[in-house]
Amino acid sequence: MAAVTPSSPPVASSDAAASTQEEISAEIDQLSREYAASGRVEERVRLDYPPYRSSVLRHPTKDPHHADPEGIELWAPVFGQRDVDPLEADLTIQHRGEPIGERLVVTGRVLDGEGRPVRHQLVEVWQANAGGRYIHKRDQHPAPIDPSFTGVGRCLTDADGWYRFTTIKPGPYPWKNHRNAWRPAHIHFSVFGREFTQRLVTQMYFPGDPLFALDPIYQAITDQAARDRLVATYDHGVTTHEWSTGYRWDIVLTGSHRTPFEEESA
Amino acid sequence: MSLAPTPGQTVGPFFGFALPYAGGDRLVPPGQPGAIRLHGRVLDGAGDPVPDALVEIWQADPDGRVVQQPGSLLRDDWTFTGWGRTETDRTGRYSFTTVEPGATTPGAAPYVAVTVFARGLLDRLLTRAYLPAPEAVLASDALLASVAPDRRHTLITTRDEHGLVFDIRLQGPDETVFLDHAPD
Repeated sequence: MAAVTPSSPPVASSDAAASTQEEISAEIDQLSREYAASGRVEERVRLDYPPYRSSVLRHPTKDPHHADPEGIELWAPVFGQRDVDPLEADLTIQHRGEPIGERLVVTGRVLDGEGRPVRHQLVEVWQANAGGRYIHKRDQHPAPIDPSFTGVGRCLTDADGWYRFTTIKPGPYPWKNHRNAWRPAHIHFSVFGREFTQRLVTQMYFPGDPLFALDPIYQAITDQAARDRLVATYDHGVTTHEWSTGYRWDIVLTGSHRTPFEEESA
Repeated sequence: MSLAPTPGQTVGPFFGFALPYAGGDRLVPPGQPGAIRLHGRVLDGAGDPVPDALVEIWQADPDGRVVQQPGSLLRDDWTFTGWGRTETDRTGRYSFTTVEPGATTPGAAPYVAVTVFARGLLDRLLTRAYLPAPEAVLASDALLASVAPDRRHTLITTRDEHGLVFDIRLQGPDETVFLDHAPD
């Protein structure tokens, strides 16, 4: 484990679990009221969100510097069939046995800000098991490890930008942000666009999670419409007879800087 | 048509079993002619190392060409793909084996594009790691020319015996200049 250097007051260790849920919720409510009163629309997650304690020392305090992308930034790395085995899109077949939990399919499209599909590009996912436990060695939550579930998947989008994963529904899990802190169930997504600047790492949530209001990571997106863009939709058309439930979730990256003409001639 | 973007969320603490992979930090084999080390630390606002960060780089080849080749996830050690990924260690250090990128347009200041993720960092950060270059070259770069003079050094690597050093400071007096590429 890393040597933890005690932070100087008033910043408590992010793992101290010093605050109660009531204190965290009061901070969330205050920031929510201030946002509502501001009249602004924030599309992105805030980097500075004190209820998420470990963000306190890890957010830039200066505004990002505007730069017109140029050269390498106008392009993204290329991943191909050599990089990704199609079987990596099924997280339920990586071991001898079937993983415990609600089998589900999550599928959707990766689009750029102009609504164009992001074709043949890498999508990576990782998640906890049905009991809310990650394989990761730093996860000490005393929920059972599922020997039939690692919780890592990859795929390439198809020619229309579609991705599709088969997995099981992850469980919520406790963390040490504050006393009795629990994360809503989520699947981590890592997505590339056609340009370096479109890189996105985010989390997909499930509809109606009772932990949304209590979670400072989800609440760090202050705008409800923006938050809703991280919540998948139950889709009975994706659900399969006697096999799995189905969810639909589209991912929209930031706008492109390269023109369609450059894209076609590339 | 303009669609509202999907917001980012932190990479969290538990990406280590999922995102790093064997060879992610090795854009070229160590010892290959021209191979250099690009390395540094990720530091928080107290100056403490960030041991749970993920760093990705994306760069042109030595001739300044943007490579569009697959093979970054399963390297064959012969194809230069220009992209790499690694995590910081317990002391907040990261290290890549790569080559120095050339200028993508003649006379431009070459740089490596860098993405940073970490537990506690709610969205990814983008920046540039410029190669050390004569002042005339650096001064002609549009981004470097637009950055406050007292912060410019945070974007420029320094040389050591193996290659290039680039520390990433998420917060604090020497906070790295991070970039916003949204249209004005």
